[in-house]
Amino acid sequence: MFSLEGITTNVQDWLLMKFNPTMALAIECVIVILLSISLFAILGLVLVLMERKVAAHIQIRLGPNRVGPGGMFQTVADTLKLIMKEGLTPDKADKFLFNLAPFVVMMVGMLLLAPIAFAKNFQIWDINIGVLYISSVSSLSVIGILMAGWASNNKYSLLGAMRSGAQIVSYELSAGFAVLTIVVLTGSLQISEIVNAQQNGWWIFKGHIPAVIAFVLYIIAVTAETNRAPFDLAEAESELTAGFHTEYSGMRFALFFLAEYINIFIVCAIGATLFFGGWMPLHIGNWEAFNHIMDYIPSSVWFMGKTFFLIFLIMWFRWTFPRLRVDQLLNLEWKYLLPISLFNLLLVAVIAILGWHF
Amino acid sequence: MYNQTEIIKDTSELGADGELVINMGPQHPATHGVLHLVVTLNGETIKKIEPHLGYIHRSIEKMCESLTYRQFIYVTSRMDYLSSHINNLGCALLVEKGMQIEVPDRAKYVRVILSELTRIASHELWLGAMAMDLGAFTPFFYAFREREMITDIMEDTCGARLTMNYIVPGGLMYDLHPDFQKKVKAFITQFKSKVTEYEDLVTNNVIFQSRTKGVGILSAEDAISYGCTGPVARASGVSCDIRKIYPYEVYDKVEFDEVLETAGDSFARYMVRVKEMNQSIRIIEQLIDNIPEGDFVGKTKNVLKLPKGEFYTRVETARGEFGVYVVSEGGTTPHRIKFRSPGFSNLSVLNHISVGSKIGDLMASMGTLDLVIPDIDR
Amino acid sequence: MFLKEYITDVVTGVTSLLKGMRKTGYYFTHPKEIITEQYPDNRATLLMSDRFKGEVVMPHDANNEHTCTGCTACELACPNGTIKVVTKFETSPEGKKKKAIDTLVYRLELCTMCNLCIVACPSDAIKMAPNFEHSVFDRTKLTKVLNQPGSKIREGIE
Repeated sequence: MFSLEGITTNVQDWLLMKFNPTMALAIECVIVILLSISLFAILGLVLVLMERKVAAHIQIRLGPNRVGPGGMFQTVADTLKLIMKEGLTPDKADKFLFNLAPFVVMMVGMLLLAPIAFAKNFQIWDINIGVLYISSVSSLSVIGILMAGWASNNKYSLLGAMRSGAQIVSYELSAGFAVLTIVVLTGSLQISEIVNAQQNGWWIFKGHIPAVIAFVLYIIAVTAETNRAPFDLAEAESELTAGFHTEYSGMRFALFFLAEYINIFIVCAIGATLFFGGWMPLHIGNWEAFNHIMDYIPSSVWFMGKTFFLIFLIMWFRWTFPRLRVDQLLNLEWKYLLPISLFNLLLVAVIAILGWHF
Repeated sequence: MYNQTEIIKDTSELGADGELVINMGPQHPATHGVLHLVVTLNGETIKKIEPHLGYIHRSIEKMCESLTYRQFIYVTSRMDYLSSHINNLGCALLVEKGMQIEVPDRAKYVRVILSELTRIASHELWLGAMAMDLGAFTPFFYAFREREMITDIMEDTCGARLTMNYIVPGGLMYDLHPDFQKKVKAFITQFKSKVTEYEDLVTNNVIFQSRTKGVGILSAEDAISYGCTGPVARASGVSCDIRKIYPYEVYDKVEFDEVLETAGDSFARYMVRVKEMNQSIRIIEQLIDNIPEGDFVGKTKNVLKLPKGEFYTRVETARGEFGVYVVSEGGTTPHRIKFRSPGFSNLSVLNHISVGSKIGDLMASMGTLDLVIPDIDR
Repeated sequence: MFLKEYITDVVTGVTSLLKGMRKTGYYFTHPKEIITEQYPDNRATLLMSDRFKGEVVMPHDANNEHTCTGCTACELACPNGTIKVVTKFETSPEGKKKKAIDTLVYRLELCTMCNLCIVACPSDAIKMAPNFEHSVFDRTKLTKVLNQPGSKIREGIE
């Protein structure tokens, strides 16, 4: 059976055979960096096309269909165009921060990639505080957005950045609480252990209603955290033209654009790991034959399938709902999501202590 | 939901410091054209809005003074391009009134049916654009699907999709297309089956309701004193439907209700327009099978000359009262012409209704005012 | 009491959102509902309404004859000077002098397709054609001469 696990061990063995351990580690680092950059590039191309196709089909249109078969290379063409474009820096902008901001936003995305388990035993860094690491690093993305908004010296950008700041800081809370429910159920912060705990059933099935509530809260909170509609106030098109990236053009704009999609992928990957068992195949109780068939599907396919299902869900939100107003956005968090998630955490703690989950 | 007056009191206590002046437009996604709003903000709260006009001024009124009474009708299509047929009708009615031209019944019926179709098309576009202003992109395409059927009907019968110019003084330019009745009926069935979609996606949506309810409240007194007409005034409970008060053509023969709401907020304005679409369907249903046979244009002289004097007619466009005022010296062209466009008065309340609300509310209240900039600027 | 209101708020809100998602989900899963017309590809099957006002043309018959008498009614009816009729005097074989058109200049870039010229024409010499692909790279190409070279007025048209 094809498995990514075999490849990594083979590469590791081969490197250790040829070089001394320090050298091998350095080469592994280079490979990982190259892999993650290429993953970013491919993800960007695929997700943008997916978004446009999903939007088109929801809106009874066809979507891009001219470049390549079924418009497959539309995003490639768009990227080429963006690279060719002149990257303008406004005259009175803070040039250093202005040019730095897109890279900060990208960097946060890259850092978040580390603890994600893409397949069985295929993980960059299985840190023992994986979930904590994720929730702390993901809150850094607001710095890049604030930087961009402030440095642009544009009123729309400033308003967008300030909105984004208020939004990400508040929604961080309920996202954190939703993640905590799973941590309570598992008893570990390590990603690999969370995945292993779902061997005989995913948390969304095992964890009763609180897990479902936590999942709903998580999806809402991360939609807000990634600045996606209906929470796209930071770039609210009809209000602030393009919000914090109004002044960006060319490749720097493309980086912001890419970072948005990378962030969606990452939060969905984490959601899939926590609630849908990551790379764990679907197992149902004592159906031995069924479970055996499910095991034949490679673990990376399971992971990607779940992640893309969640990404689709978030895209579905975007093309259905109107945008919230800024005070309603904060109302929703502080008056609805936060009390519910606090209550939910309590419920989950009771369930975990009494051992009511399967 | 927050109390608007409370915030007004709140902002008035703050000094001039911390004011943020933003130029929204002339190129801005939400101003739907070249409207320029100078918005003074305190944080996210609006303190003052000053609309600047003139970016699309084409001096249509002056142009009309050099055009004959047959020619000047087509220019009015370019003002409120979403209800161009109704604008044309207003001008034709003025010429007919001034010269006492008899209009055949067939022309009257067709004029009314097309007016109501135009009204539905306009409201459909507004519905989509309004939802888009609030961040929901998808209803726009669903609304346009239905609007497309109307533009197809217009294309078949009038030969153009937006600026029809189908009306001439005395009747219609040419007869109806043979497929007209069939297509209109097909549209009515399609429209009725799709109305629930708007309810699911927009009307009943909790986000949409919270964005529009209690936002941009316009009282009945203010609506009257600012000269608001059309759905904007009717949402505040002011009865001002020209079709009811001064019926023209065959509006006195058909049964329909003047849609009135009392809340005066953005949601009420939204509901008025949505219900008005249903009333328009009702009017069309009553007329479509009863179009009398006969001439489509009455007998007119070759050269039209309005007698000396002043003339005024008004019609109800999709946005409100559209008035045409002509001073004639007895020649073939108007001596002076003035259009009373509904958009201008409706725009003037924007500052009044959105002071103290958030930037997001500005989109909701501006969207429900249904502004068409070429109509305001002429 | 407060809690009950709170819960009904949440429930009604969520159901209204789910209803909307069901609608968009329906369209996502039913590609038959797509209404996109792939324009340049469907040129062969594209049906334009026969009344569509695209441009003014002057129909010529098989003998290269038209029915324009050069009465300039269209020029007078036009609100924005789109049509210019240049007339000349033709001498018939019998030696009679007769007014005829030399050229009928039509400036498409000025035309608003208001149809007033067609209504004004007493001999139905011009009509609207449903062509809409007017874009050219050179603006002068929009100024057209409607009567074909060497064309004549049909016999019997006064």
